[in-house]
Amino acid sequence: MLGTAFEFLMQHLPALQVVVPMMAAPICLMLHRGSWAGTMALITAIACFIMSVLLLQQVMTTGPISYHLGGWAPPFGIEYRVDAMNAFVLVIVAATSALVLSFAGKSIRGEIEPSKQALFYTVFTLCLCGLLGVTITGDAFNIFVFVEVSSLATYVLIAMGARRDRRALTASYTYLMMGTIGATFYVIGLGLLYQATGTLNLADLAVRLEPLGDSTSVRAGFAFIMVGLGLKLAMFPIHAWLPNAYTYAPSVVSIFLAATSTKVAIYVLLRFMFTVFGYEFPVVELSLSAIFMPLALLAMFVASAIAVFQTDFKRLLAYSSVAQIGYMILGFSMASVTGLTATMVHIFNHAAMKGVLFMVAGAVVYRVGSSSVASFAGLGRQMPWTMAALVIGGLSLIGVPLTVGFISKWYLILGALETGDWVIAFAIVLSSLIAVVYVWRVVEVAYLTPAPEGAKPVREAPLSMLLPMWTLALACLYFGLNAELTATIGQAVAETLLNGDTPTGTPVIEELAQ
Amino acid sequence: MDSESFIDFALGRYNYWLVMILMMVGLYVVVARGNFVKKLVGLNIFQVSVFLFYISVGKVAGGTAPIYVDDPATLYSNPLPHVLILTAIVVGVATLAVGLSLVIRIQAAYGTVEEDEINAADAERDASPRAGGTA
Repeated sequence: MLGTAFEFLMQHLPALQVVVPMMAAPICLMLHRGSWAGTMALITAIACFIMSVLLLQQVMTTGPISYHLGGWAPPFGIEYRVDAMNAFVLVIVAATSALVLSFAGKSIRGEIEPSKQALFYTVFTLCLCGLLGVTITGDAFNIFVFVEVSSLATYVLIAMGARRDRRALTASYTYLMMGTIGATFYVIGLGLLYQATGTLNLADLAVRLEPLGDSTSVRAGFAFIMVGLGLKLAMFPIHAWLPNAYTYAPSVVSIFLAATSTKVAIYVLLRFMFTVFGYEFPVVELSLSAIFMPLALLAMFVASAIAVFQTDFKRLLAYSSVAQIGYMILGFSMASVTGLTATMVHIFNHAAMKGVLFMVAGAVVYRVGSSSVASFAGLGRQMPWTMAALVIGGLSLIGVPLTVGFISKWYLILGALETGDWVIAFAIVLSSLIAVVYVWRVVEVAYLTPAPEGAKPVREAPLSMLLPMWTLALACLYFGLNAELTATIGQAVAETLLNGDTPTGTPVIEELAQ
Repeated sequence: MDSESFIDFALGRYNYWLVMILMMVGLYVVVARGNFVKKLVGLNIFQVSVFLFYISVGKVAGGTAPIYVDDPATLYSNPLPHVLILTAIVVGVATLAVGLSLVIRIQAAYGTVEEDEINAADAERDASPRAGGTA
C-alpha cells in the first residue's frame, strides 16, 4: 500500500513540484501567525527541494521526463518537460528558497510588522511556485502565466521593505512597470510565433519553426521574446529596475531574488535560443555575436565600475549582480559547449555566492540596522563568523582559486581561448580585478576600520542566520574544490542544447503533427 | 506591388495598424508621463493592444464563435488565442490592482504620486544629515 502510494507520488513529481507550493500558500495565509506560516513555508520549500533532487536524479539516469497534465497529450495538452537543464535550475531555486526560509525567521521579525508576517510567507511561497512553474513547464504560454505569478509576488515582496525605507515602494513600482512591459513583450513575440506555427508547445515549436526558416514574423517574434526576457533577467542596458529593487527590499527578499529570479529568466532565454530557435537559426547566431556578447562585456566593466562607487553594501551587490549576469550571457554568447557549461556552472555558483553575501547584508541589517558600507566598521572583530562568510563570498565573487567563482571563470576563459578570442579572456581577468576593488573596500572597512566612538557593541548574528549562511559559504568552497558534479551537469546541458536534439517525447508530437 | 494593391493590403489589415498605434500610445504614456496613475493607464493600453492582436490572430474569416453546433460544415474561429487572452486579461487586472495599491502606499508615504516630486523628496533626504533614518 505504502509502496504504491510512493510510486504514485514519484510519477506525479513534475506536477507536485508546482502544486505543493501553490497549495501551501493559502495554508500559510490561514495559519495567520508569522512563526507558524514561516514553518509551513520552510517545510514546503524543503519538500520542493527533495522533489527537485529526485527529479534531477531521475533525469540524469533515465533521460528527460515528459509529464502530460490531465492526461492530454502534447502539443494540444499542456506538457511539463524536465531535462537536465531545468532539473538543475529547479534544484537551485528550491535549495536557495529552503536556505533563505531557514534564514528568514529572525530577519523578518526585525524588518516586517507582525501583522504582515504571515502574508509575507504566503507571497513568498507563491513566488516560489511561480519560479518553479516557469522552470518546469514545456508550454510557452504557461511560462508567461508563471512569470506573472512570480513577478506579482515579487512586487509585493519588494514593497514590504517600505517599513525600513519608503523607497522600496517606488522601487517596486518601477519593477512592476518594467516587469509588465517585459512580460507583455514576451507575449507579443509568442503571438507572432503562434501565428506562424499554430503551436505553443516548446518542443513542437522547435520542430515547426525549422522548415519556416527565416521569415520576418519569426524574426520579429524572436526579437520581442529576447527583449522581454532581457528586461526580466536585467541584461545590461535594461537593468534599471534591479539596483533599487535589491537595495530596498527586505534582506530576505534580496537574497532570494538575487539567487533565483534572474537565473530562471536566463534559463528561459537559453531554452528559447537553443531549444526552440536553435543555434543554426541565422538571427540567433547574429544576435549572439553582435548583441549579446558586446553587451555582456559592457556589463562586466560598467556595472562593476559602478559597484565600486556605491556606499550601500546591498546596492553594491546589486550592481555586481548585473556584472555577474554579464558573465553568464558572455558564456552562452560563445555558443560553444565550454561557454554554455560556464553559463550553467555560473548560474549555480552565482546563486551560492550572492546568497552568502546578501545573507551577510541581512545579518548586518539585523544587528546594526543599516546596510551602508560605513556601518561595517569594526564588525570584523564583533561579528567574526559573519565577516568570515563575507570574505569567502567576496573571494568567490572575484574568482580566486579554491572557490566556486574560479571554476566559472576558468570555463569562461577556456571557452574564449577555444575560439581564439584572447581579448575576451583578458577582459574576463581584467573585470575580475574591478571585483577585487569593490570587495576589498568592504573587507577593509570591516577589518581595519575601528568601530565608531560610542557605538553600541554589536553581537554576532544569531545561530539561525549563521547556519544557512555558512552552509552556502561551505558550498562555495566545496564546489570550488570539487567541481565535478556541477561541471558534469553543466556539460550535459550544454551538449543537449547545442546538438539540438529535442529531448525525448518528440515522437508523440510528430505523430500528431502528421 | 502597385499602389492600388498596396492600399488594399494596408487597409485589409487595419486591425494590425490599430494594434500598433495603441501599443505605441501605451508605451509613450508609460515613458513620457510622470504621474504614477497615468503610467498605469498607459501600461494598460499597451497590454490591451496585445489582447487585440491575439484576438485578430484567432479570427478565421467567415468563422463563427467556437461554440459547437450540430452541423459539420460550420467554420469556427480559433478559440485558443481567445482563451489565452482571457488568461492574460486576468493577469492584466491583477497587475493593475497591485500597481494601484502601490500607488496608494506611495501617496501615503510621500504625499504625492508625481515622479519628479518623489525623486526630489528622495534626493533631499539623501542630502540631509538624517539620511538613512526610518521612513
